[in-house]
Amino acid sequence: MISKTINLTLKVWRQNRGEKKGRLETYHAKDISVDMSFLEMIDVVNEDLTKNRKEPIAFDHDCREGICGMCGAVVNGRTHGHEKETTLCQLHMRHFSDGDTIVIEPWRSRAFPLIKDLIVDRSALDKIIQAGGYISVNAGGAPDANALPIAGEVAETAFIAAACIGCGACVAACPNASAMLFVSAKVSHLALLPQGRPEAAKRVQAMVRQMDECGFGNCSNETECEVECPKGISIVEIARLNREFLKAEFS
Amino acid sequence: MNWFFNMLRSSIGKKLLMALTGLGFCLFLLIHLIGNLTLYGGKGLFLSYVEHLHALGPLIRIAELGLLAFAAIHVSSGLILFWQNLQARPVRYQVSKNAGGRTIGSATMPYTGVLILIFVVIHLLNFHFIDHSRQTVFQAIDATFSMLPYVIFYTFAVIIVAIHISHGFWSLFQTFGANHPKYMPAIKGMGVIFSLLAAAGFGFIPVYVSFIM
Repeated sequence: MISKTINLTLKVWRQNRGEKKGRLETYHAKDISVDMSFLEMIDVVNEDLTKNRKEPIAFDHDCREGICGMCGAVVNGRTHGHEKETTLCQLHMRHFSDGDTIVIEPWRSRAFPLIKDLIVDRSALDKIIQAGGYISVNAGGAPDANALPIAGEVAETAFIAAACIGCGACVAACPNASAMLFVSAKVSHLALLPQGRPEAAKRVQAMVRQMDECGFGNCSNETECEVECPKGISIVEIARLNREFLKAEFS
Repeated sequence: MNWFFNMLRSSIGKKLLMALTGLGFCLFLLIHLIGNLTLYGGKGLFLSYVEHLHALGPLIRIAELGLLAFAAIHVSSGLILFWQNLQARPVRYQVSKNAGGRTIGSATMPYTGVLILIFVVIHLLNFHFIDHSRQTVFQAIDATFSMLPYVIFYTFAVIIVAIHISHGFWSLFQTFGANHPKYMPAIKGMGVIFSLLAAAGFGFIPVYVSFIM
């Protein structure tokens, strides 16, 4: 069966390595199957560009299953596109119509320097994790099952926060380019579990300090992040981060 | 004390300052509103309220200094946050769309804030820094609101305040960490009711004084 195809006009941000300024360039994506993902659509455009001896559009991607956090671009002003709780690789072309013009831009934040075209350097998020997004354990034999009882709801709540894939969409979507949703998810999922409690106070202080040093903006509760998060993480986590931070500072 | 100032310098610390002072202003506004509602009861009731309030003497001075300090903190940390947030995205988006989280209130906080500051200064010049030996507060109100531009300006200013509260009220709870799926809808509802009450309660005073009284 031949699937339906559409034709699109793309306006893609192009900026070479080391270039100070970029620009939107226009491309025509012809005969795009609606069953393709957004990234596959760019693959097709890149094939064409390569055949015509032009530089293909550089973009980040890895698993293409929506679980690695590598892909992401701002599509028509919406991070990962307009579909709810999807990463760019899981956004399918059936959500676009024939003749649409699509503007594709990279994540914009001072903390995410642009590398090339749609690729930005998100190592600021790694730095925040290195500052405290871990637990210290003395590795040894595997502990007995249920030696550390954790209530079902607690495990569930922790897991909701742990769903964060660190894609950076919250930063890109935030009008202030703040990384609070990311940091709150990482602080929350460890703070909720007994394994994370011993270092909870030190962790939240170190991670917030690192976040501030990286040059992210400040959260002003615009709540754009929770709407755009591909994993549906809520600002309830930010409230928990605020509580954890205050508890740590005042004790 | 070093830890304390370091904490306030952090991004969450500055938010906390905004939330604390904002809560102070919400409480002040509520008391101010209750007091001003006496205007709807006529000149006599209002003047007796003014007299009773001023009878508090030094307490009023302390409250005024407290409000001044709160204003200094709220305005200065607000400006710092606004500046830092502008700098956090040096290259803006060519196409930028609201995903559905932003409200008129949240998107305009810095601007409504500056407008409120200007309003408060004019408001104090109209009713506070005047020669109180020559006229009663009621006479000052009557004289001010006999001028149509002031009626329009005050009504407009009150709407701006209501828009500012519509985001500020629930937002301060979020900053304190008080966000729970069970209670947040109620907190948000209270914020909407509070901003509407403030808009209606204060907003009709100029119209009432100039056209009905």
